[in-house]
Amino acid sequence: MTMRHLSDDDLVLHYYGEMTAADEQRAAGHLAECQACQHQYGSLQRVLAFVDSAPMVEAPDGFERVAWARLEPALPTLRRGWVSWFVFSPARLAWAAIVAVLVVGAFMAGRLTPQTAPSTGRPAATEASDDKVRERILLVDVGDHLDRSQMILIELVSSDSTGNVDISAEQARAQQLLAANRLYRQTAVTTGDATLAAVLDELERVLVDVAASPSTLSHADLDAVRRRIESKELVFKVRVVSSQLRERQKAAILERTGQRALDTTKS
Amino acid sequence: MPHTDAAAVALARDGDSEAFRSLVERHSRAVYRLAHRMTGSPHDAEDVVQETFLRAYRQLGRFESRANFGTWLHRIAVNCSIDLIRSRKHQESGADAADLEHFEAVAEDRVDPSPERLMISTEVQERVGAAMATLSHMERAAFVLRHFEGQSIEEISRALGLKANAAKHSVFRAVRKMRVALEPFVEG
Repeated sequence: MTMRHLSDDDLVLHYYGEMTAADEQRAAGHLAECQACQHQYGSLQRVLAFVDSAPMVEAPDGFERVAWARLEPALPTLRRGWVSWFVFSPARLAWAAIVAVLVVGAFMAGRLTPQTAPSTGRPAATEASDDKVRERILLVDVGDHLDRSQMILIELVSSDSTGNVDISAEQARAQQLLAANRLYRQTAVTTGDATLAAVLDELERVLVDVAASPSTLSHADLDAVRRRIESKELVFKVRVVSSQLRERQKAAILERTGQRALDTTKS
Repeated sequence: MPHTDAAAVALARDGDSEAFRSLVERHSRAVYRLAHRMTGSPHDAEDVVQETFLRAYRQLGRFESRANFGTWLHRIAVNCSIDLIRSRKHQESGADAADLEHFEAVAEDRVDPSPERLMISTEVQERVGAAMATLSHMERAAFVLRHFEGQSIEEISRALGLKANAAKHSVFRAVRKMRVALEPFVEG
């Protein structure tokens, strides 16, 4: 035997060709002679070959259509002028509106929030205040977004037509809401708001379905959409989360008002 | 619809969204498969598909027409998956330092030694999927990059923002977990 047994990690390095030339030579020499290590190495090879034999997970049926429905509203233009960029796409207008609301909201919040510390004061307190301002803006925006989404869901669920139904209006609005929904969902995931993230996730799937559907649905197709919405109790969930957001908004306003009163009393 | 990727890319560069749509239709499934393998989550895979095509669209001007669009897109998808995994690094639960003994006990509970059933590819997919699901985000990414993408430990450490030793140990832990989970089936 030319060296002591190869460890499991050595075998992995040998398998992937990650050993230095000298170690590789020693390992290969040892493997050629040592039955115990050959057995271990054979076992590793079989496991990794088994991994290779597993088919990859396929996307669900119709994935291409859904992928495009999610992607299209978020695509920037390549060569068109910036005016046509807005004129030709209502979805991009929605994006611009979101950005404008956030910028104006941040500006107004900055103006309206009383400065409780001098500029050379406590950075931690200022950061906390900035976080609260951002949260308030987000609460308002997401609440508004949920209200608009809820209206589309209600319109679809309550449609009582028995023939073909033109849903192009709902479709255009769903497409506008999609990009914002994705943004809010990712923010909710990042900030750890699991309930909001889950509802936005379910909502996004329905919005994608609506946006990717033909603009005229048969009664049966509409019924399928309706069942999907109803089976998830989506309208109810959206309503509950929307109302929770309003409560949080109120609490944030009360907190701010209380802080202002406190500041006035102090001054 | 343009017949080739090269023709579709040329049109998409000029702002033809239908041409870009044809590229999405041709390649989104392949990107999804890769993203699912990297992230282990259908939801994350969908996000990676979206981000991949957005980045591709923004970078179309930099795509060299002689190159293969699918290969170029594949690289973008790998990077998008890595970005997503790195953004989750701080959310990594104790799984990264998972107690292997505990994991072994759990794996043993799942042993069902019936090799005939493993001939069915979906069964294999499920077994391997379940084993991969026991890996942490970092272990999974390191393993996929090493095993399926053929990247060296050094490349993996750069991609995942880890020290070389940490990247190497992520691969070791991943392989160890895969062996513990799959050896009972493979060895029969």
